[in-house]
Amino acid sequence: MSHEHVSNIGRIWKVFGILSAVTVVEVYLGILKPDFLFMNDFLSMNLLNWIFYALTIFKAYYIVYAFMHMEGEKSSLRSAVVFPVIFLILYLLFILLTEGDYIYEVFKNSTIKWNF
Amino acid sequence: MEATVTTANSEEKTWGGGNEPMGASYGKLMMWFFIVSDALTFSGFLAAYGFSRFKFIETWPLADEVFTHFPFMHGVSAPMYYVALMTFILIFSSVTMVLAVDAGHQMKKNKVVLYMFLTIIGGLIFVGSQAWEWKNFIKGEYGAIETKGGSLLQFVDKDGNRVALAEFAAVLPEEREQLTRSKGKWFMDEPSLPSYSVAEVQAGFKAHPELLIRTEVITKEKKKTILSREESEARLSQAHYVVEGANLKRNEYGSKLFADFFFFITGFHGFHVFSGVIINIIIFFNVLIGTYEKRKSYEMVEKVGLYWHFVDLVWVFVFTVFYLV
Repeated sequence: MSHEHVSNIGRIWKVFGILSAVTVVEVYLGILKPDFLFMNDFLSMNLLNWIFYALTIFKAYYIVYAFMHMEGEKSSLRSAVVFPVIFLILYLLFILLTEGDYIYEVFKNSTIKWNF
Repeated sequence: MEATVTTANSEEKTWGGGNEPMGASYGKLMMWFFIVSDALTFSGFLAAYGFSRFKFIETWPLADEVFTHFPFMHGVSAPMYYVALMTFILIFSSVTMVLAVDAGHQMKKNKVVLYMFLTIIGGLIFVGSQAWEWKNFIKGEYGAIETKGGSLLQFVDKDGNRVALAEFAAVLPEEREQLTRSKGKWFMDEPSLPSYSVAEVQAGFKAHPELLIRTEVITKEKKKTILSREESEARLSQAHYVVEGANLKRNEYGSKLFADFFFFITGFHGFHVFSGVIINIIIFFNVLIGTYEKRKSYEMVEKVGLYWHFVDLVWVFVFTVFYLV
């Protein structure tokens, strides 16, 4: 690690501020649960939950890119780490959530009642 | 530690060692790939949680009714505040970790020591908070009844406020002794008995006409269904088991899988935090005795830092999935 490291302290505190602010917003929304977000669905999930997931991804981006210093790594390392994770997680979520919803429909519309 | 770029200058050194693919040292690269695999493990757990939740989407417990405790505030419903505090503690320990890494780059030993120490303290506070959260979750607050069909009944008053079993259950002159190994065969025992029997709860319910039963089913208003008095009595006649608190078999909050996933995922995360603290302590002492000063590189601090940030990253997702959504 011979290349020069400049101190990042300013950026670190800025990112901390962003992460804290986002967490405060999340908690605030989570306690308040405004009806116009909570009761309206988009793609069978309510808007509030979409906001929570968006903010989570936003926080995850800052943790990985600023704290784990991904932004300072070579682009090959960045791609090698980030793309497989994103692709595999989306794939897994798609499969499992679709399947879970399907089983819910089966329980709901047929005579099977089995709690496991 | 002489970093070279694979593609540049020294072609003849490609097979001679000292090369660093992707511009990261061996240890750092392996830490990154460990993190990738661990991230996939956690996503597997969280996706399985999502699967089960989608399967029981109409009866899943409401998180802000489950986690309502705050230290030194008894009987006050404080949803989310405590877990928000835990989140802050973890984020802050992430900040001190990254400050330690930063100080390491500038070879400032004393600053590294200070920031590593703060990180360890933050980690310990977080693990302790999680233990407290588990304690409340296991102990439970109100208690509930499980029916023969396996669904869960909770008790509310006229205004829809939850009522604990202890507030209305009758005391009947019955003795039900706990079966222990010393009284039966060596393989025969049972978990500790609930404070009230099914008959006591039923008798108490009969004596309190203002009570109603709340089922697990979520209505269109995204609240739990409250039955009428007649329906409540009919459902309660099917009572089978008194549930208090939570364990891996059943819990008073609702779906059985909810507690299983809670224990497993937060437990697995807590285990990561715990091992992170241990690793941080080892590195902390290495910093103290000057190992990295001699090595002229604090890269080891950076590597454990990566792991520590990853733990924080996972918590961000666990927080969303278990407490917010």
